[in-house]
Amino acid sequence: MEAVVNSASDLHKKRTTLKKEQRRLAIRKFIHNKQAVTGFVILLFIVALALLGPVLIDSDPYEIHPEDRLLGPSGDYLFGTDNMGRDLLARIIYGAQVSLLIGLAVAFFAGVIGTVIGLYASYYKTLDNILMRICEGIMAIPAILLAIALMAALGPSTQNIIIALSIVYTPYVARVVRSSALVIREETYIEAMKAIGAKSFRIIWGHIAPNVVSPLIIQITSVFANAILIEATLSFLGAGVPAPTPSWGNILYDGKMVIFNTPWMVIFPGICIVLAILALNMFGDGLRDILDPHSNSKK
Amino acid sequence: MKTYLLKRLITLIPTLFVVSIVVYLIIYLTPGDPAEVMLGDSATDEQVEALRDEMGLNDSFVERYFSWMGGVLTGDLGTSYFMKEEVTFSIISHLGPTLSLAVLAEIFAIIIGIPIGIFAARRRGTFVDQSFMGLSYIGVAIPSFLLALFLILLFSIKLQWFPVAGYKELSDGLWEHLRYLILPALALGCMHVALTARMTRSSMLDVLNLNFIKTARAKGVKEGLVIYRHTLRNALLPIVTIIGQNFGILIAGAAVVETVFNIPGIGQLVVNSIERRDFPVIQGIILFVTFVYVVINLIVDLLYGVIDPRVKLDK
Repeated sequence: MEAVVNSASDLHKKRTTLKKEQRRLAIRKFIHNKQAVTGFVILLFIVALALLGPVLIDSDPYEIHPEDRLLGPSGDYLFGTDNMGRDLLARIIYGAQVSLLIGLAVAFFAGVIGTVIGLYASYYKTLDNILMRICEGIMAIPAILLAIALMAALGPSTQNIIIALSIVYTPYVARVVRSSALVIREETYIEAMKAIGAKSFRIIWGHIAPNVVSPLIIQITSVFANAILIEATLSFLGAGVPAPTPSWGNILYDGKMVIFNTPWMVIFPGICIVLAILALNMFGDGLRDILDPHSNSKK
Repeated sequence: MKTYLLKRLITLIPTLFVVSIVVYLIIYLTPGDPAEVMLGDSATDEQVEALRDEMGLNDSFVERYFSWMGGVLTGDLGTSYFMKEEVTFSIISHLGPTLSLAVLAEIFAIIIGIPIGIFAARRRGTFVDQSFMGLSYIGVAIPSFLLALFLILLFSIKLQWFPVAGYKELSDGLWEHLRYLILPALALGCMHVALTARMTRSSMLDVLNLNFIKTARAKGVKEGLVIYRHTLRNALLPIVTIIGQNFGILIAGAAVVETVFNIPGIGQLVVNSIERRDFPVIQGIILFVTFVYVVINLIVDLLYGVIDPRVKLDK
């Protein structure tokens, strides 16, 4: 009896060291992946700017200075002022908070709901048929148009963008989770679990779910990037974050009106959007190389 | 081939059914009474009620869906609240500029993207390859409306080569037509240039590693022939797929670019309809574009057999 207990705890120890070893390997792979590290560093920089910015500069993004309208970059206003005389740097920093928050929230909701749908669809055949037809239908509608229609119906607000984009992107997550889960489902150990009478809840969440984490993370990174892009587009069209709350998209909306006199109102927030999406894409592709060795995007 | 086509058409039915339900639901769940929107503030309650009856707004959800769907199937997408004209008519009259724009953007994607992809694949791992692939990363990360603004800043305001905005019909002369479309098409097509270049490169690399290419080279076949006849022909399938898929996305993406450049296409129509809360138009355009998108994907699938005779569609 003692021997059995011993070997069991040995096994447990071995397993944890193996897990640690795997994690160490993944981290080492990550550090050596230039793409992933570059993306991660840029992302960290933007997040730090969004979080620490309000502490570092004491300027109100909502405060209107009518006498300082459309000023160029100067000592008082590092990035100049907008069409209402508001400090552009402050607006871009607060805009970063709004844009990142929306991206993060959409990635979270689409990730969670998509995972649940994908896992259960992979496990129950009838459910799969229904859920996947719905997903295909939603995915057949071009993302930007569906987002525009949903925003037209819901009305512009930050909360509604999160709802609309979560609806748009949930099927993309569900598809990826489902297709990975379908492979796992066929493994012998899942069959063995069923044979010993394990509950489906335990099989799905305890044994299938952990194996779909890698593709899920990759997909969520891409949803994050796309959500930022579409949020900027919607706000730019006037169907996104409503004024006066700053977001990168609606700063550009204001900037478009005064593009002849004040190009910096377009250039500064524009660079922020490109950097954020670029960083997320690089990070995501890097992760794919690390987590999914079968598809090598670099070749 | 025929059985394949039939199978594909049958699988389309549930997809399009879901699309129609989603589009219908969006409008159905929207707060606000269409009859009140149509009649404006001055209407009396009786007038609103009469119109509600006439529009069938008092019917049940299912009844309304089927009467709407029946119209859609016969090409009747309803009547615009704002313009008081048939939505089908509005779409047709706004389609020209959008098609011109999408076709030109697609041409850019093909004539810039494919050569860059081939070039990069041949010089794999060199500085040129890496710079192109780096550029393609930026190309994918720039939203089209932002690139549109940057292009306007550089080419319209600074250099004054192209007009800032506007649109000229093809009947005003080809050059005049193109002069107004080049910047919008570049803004819209940039992402697809980058995607096409990346797809071409990776697809070329897949084929270049195969044995028959080595054999061809060992035989002393000229490099140009190896690249264009042996490799490109075999690498074409994924490239055609992405070009086909692009076209649907380009038509949808045109909404944003048309707004920036003030081009009177269906994209601008849909964006203007948001402010007007003109839901039949929004509904109609989404259905229309989705339908085009689905049909194009079907055509691309059918083309596989033509491009690559090894692909057997009947299986």
